[in-house]
Amino acid sequence: MTGKVAITLNINGRDHAISVEPRRTLADAIRENCGQTGTHIGCEHGVCGACTVIVGDDPVRSCLMFAAQADGVPIRTVEGLAKGDTLHPLQRAFMDHHGLQCGFCTPGFLMLATAVLEREPNITDDDLLDVLASNLCRCTGYQNIIKAVRAAAAEMRA
Amino acid sequence: MSVPTQGSGMTWVGRSIRRLEDPALVAGQGHFTADLQAAHWVRFVRSPVASGRIDRIGVPPNANVITAADLAGVKPIKPMLHKFSYVPVAQPVLAADVVRFVGEVVAAVVAASKEEAEDIADRVEIEIVPLTAVTDARRALAAGAPVVHPEAPGNVIVEGRIKTPDFDATRASAHTLIQFEAHSRRQNATPLEARAGHTAYDGATGRVTLTCTTQMPHLTRTAIADVLGMPESDLRVIAPDVGGGFGQKMSLTPEYVILVWLARRLRSSVAWTEDRRENLMAGFHSRDQVITLEGAFDKDARLTALSADIIANVGAYSCFPTTCGVEPLMAMAELPGPYQAQAYDCVSRGVVTHTCPMGPYRGVSRPVITFALERLMDKAAARFGIEPIEIRRRNLIDRFPYKSATGLTFDEASYRQTLEMAVEHIDLPAFRARQKQARAEGRYLGIGFSTFSERTGYGSPAFAARGMEITPGWENVEITMDPSGLVEARIGSSPHGQGLRTTLAQIIADEIGVEPRQIRVVHGDTDRAPYGWGTFASRSLVIAGGASLIAAQKLRTKLLKIASHLLEASAADIVLEGGMAKVSGTDRSLPIATMARQAYYQTHRFNGEIDPGLTEIGAYDPAGTFSNACHVAIVQVDIETGHVAIEKFLVAEDAGRIINPMIADGQVHGGIAQGIGNALLEEIVYSDTGDILTSTLADYLPPTAREVPVIELHHMETYSDASITKAKGVGEGGAIGAPAAVINAINDALAPFNIEIDEIPATPRKIRATLRSAMEKRA
Ligand code: FES
Ligand code: FES
Repeated sequence: MTGKVAITLNINGRDHAISVEPRRTLADAIRENCGQTGTHIGCEHGVCGACTVIVGDDPVRSCLMFAAQADGVPIRTVEGLAKGDTLHPLQRAFMDHHGLQCGFCTPGFLMLATAVLEREPNITDDDLLDVLASNLCRCTGYQNIIKAVRAAAAEMRA
Repeated sequence: MSVPTQGSGMTWVGRSIRRLEDPALVAGQGHFTADLQAAHWVRFVRSPVASGRIDRIGVPPNANVITAADLAGVKPIKPMLHKFSYVPVAQPVLAADVVRFVGEVVAAVVAASKEEAEDIADRVEIEIVPLTAVTDARRALAAGAPVVHPEAPGNVIVEGRIKTPDFDATRASAHTLIQFEAHSRRQNATPLEARAGHTAYDGATGRVTLTCTTQMPHLTRTAIADVLGMPESDLRVIAPDVGGGFGQKMSLTPEYVILVWLARRLRSSVAWTEDRRENLMAGFHSRDQVITLEGAFDKDARLTALSADIIANVGAYSCFPTTCGVEPLMAMAELPGPYQAQAYDCVSRGVVTHTCPMGPYRGVSRPVITFALERLMDKAAARFGIEPIEIRRRNLIDRFPYKSATGLTFDEASYRQTLEMAVEHIDLPAFRARQKQARAEGRYLGIGFSTFSERTGYGSPAFAARGMEITPGWENVEITMDPSGLVEARIGSSPHGQGLRTTLAQIIADEIGVEPRQIRVVHGDTDRAPYGWGTFASRSLVIAGGASLIAAQKLRTKLLKIASHLLEASAADIVLEGGMAKVSGTDRSLPIATMARQAYYQTHRFNGEIDPGLTEIGAYDPAGTFSNACHVAIVQVDIETGHVAIEKFLVAEDAGRIINPMIADGQVHGGIAQGIGNALLEEIVYSDTGDILTSTLADYLPPTAREVPVIELHHMETYSDASITKAKGVGEGGAIGAPAAVINAINDALAPFNIEIDEIPATPRKIRATLRSAMEKRA
């Protein structure tokens, strides 16, 4: 068996000192070593986007990255979106617009949209559609996800 | 029956309140099966061969690997149907002597971590002597084809036949006969969360808790207890948050049986998380059908007789509990759809092949038969030189109750009205003008209609008609108001995204005068919820909703009795609303929470006239009803690439009373997106030798936000007596109607080329191939 490496994952401002096999993905490390199970795994081969988290400032498919590559870089996950009891505008918008059904894809969409709206607050509707088309949802047919993200974008700009 | 609304006249039913499910899910606080940790991890070793004899299984030294030889006393999975020449076939929990599809479980590796289990699994050597495989149902029917199960030498394991006495005469007098073959390729429901299971052994009681991604927790408990020969009470099944199911998670899988067996054997906890490749290979497939359809029309384009030969490829085994009869038999029973054809002749067969077993998927056969029937209607319209909408106008059911050729009773619905509603909003003349203009410019636009019925909310009589040994249908709901006045509703349904906690709370809230957020709906735990059948077949809102209404009405009656005692007024003068019991026309009132305390702590005050406590049970087992809709798709086909862009999708829908419009619309959106995937993108492909060629989401393509257009929804609400809440169910309609509308639109777009595409999915490659051969013929 491969030896383990000691790394520190900084998730939502908290350090997790863990020891993992070099082949352990960031997704597995976040979920299993750090117990942050809000990040989901839908395909483990980089297609569905359910595992999207923000590493540094970038939305990243955590199933395609090794945990060791994220050593020391600030990571944000769905658990860190709300400020205390105050939900992030995207979380509120997803509830207001019924942007989720089973909720399995939701953390991935929330983190993807958060990163993109922070980087590009004035993103056009069409570009936003392209961004959202990079994640899969099997329940909602996307209509309400798009509506929710647009509403949150408007609110975040205001 | 309308929910009695008193006082302010405001009801919770009918309002788009936010879902009670959501706060946890948007915060990443949901509980999904794969979130659980375990002492042992399982990796299944699966057959790499579609058909063969297992010669030897080589296990690495010191590895804990379970094979069929270890499972003495474990029965196979063997669902039963008592009709339709059904041949019961057994699916061993681990393949014993032979393998019958790529992905069949041969061994289970147990290790301390996922990675270790995977490493060991890679080193398990399975030596299989390959035999000739058959993956195509027609080939499996041919003489001399490989036999999948010796019990069924011709590979047919279920066969239904219906022929009405007037069929031959009616057909003989037809003005026009139209015959063709409709093909539906194989699909996978692809819930975003693949399957997962976790078992934990309790040393104190010897009980095992199985947490898994099931749509049917109670039946999973029954089935596993039967297979393992253990008392059902020693097993608890929990369906926590489940990341979508769409039917795929309602059948029993061998993997869960093994997890329970292992937990008992190891007296410990064991977990398995399916990866996407396993799910696409072995997580149940659907919709692999060929329908040869013939419509007989009179001179006015009225469909008078319909005949069909249906071949459903059901894969290597029969799924529990529905059996593999579910696709062929539902297709046979519902093929005439919403049209008035009274003469019918149908043969429908389920054929076994060396492929992944078929399981129900949203709409079960109806997406396929609707696609076939709607193609027939469009072909007939073209033959008669009338608009597709005109032929539908002439043929749709318009008198109720209507008794179909297959004996189904259609209750009050709005087939024609929804068609007209759709036509009005789509502005057909304007589209035809635009289409003509575009064609002149070399752009190919098309419009497609699909009118259909969605049979929903059917109880045990409908399932009994199929001869199922296990006859599901009814639901029980127990409602308890606790001493603090909060309400718990325990249901046997098992929602996984449908928002049932919210909609049932809305129904209950109106009855007992408290807010939905004071009502907690408990489901998906066999220790907590009454026995029930789970969530599938557009049934939960109708049946669990009806049972909730009945239980809530009983609770309301009891609360009124208590209020009448405490307020010294006649129960008839008391209203329950806003958390209070009020005597109409007076200022006398009492908080419902106070009454709840009294119901537990002051029972002596009721002089023995009122039983202690506040728990009521409702049961509901309806005959079933039909929702209906008209879907319209407008597409543009790029004849150079075969790419289809859906420009617009419009729906006129009638699902009876809508409890929560936001949730109902979401169900329709989701169904349509899946239907679009079925129509254009999604196809499980096997090689001739039975290798699966689509085992990643880069090969099997669910639609993204780019492929699903804006969906315009229009509603109509027809109330029928077939549902006591008047809600008819809306879970499957989107998926049922969309493929037909899209395919009809593609055919309309390509009409100038004189070709017909009668196959789903209509991938760019198929469209190009059809166009190319048409052009070659012309040249
Ligand atoms: S789980 Fe990472 S992209 Fe699907
Ligand atoms: S809400 Fe279920 S996958 Fe998106």
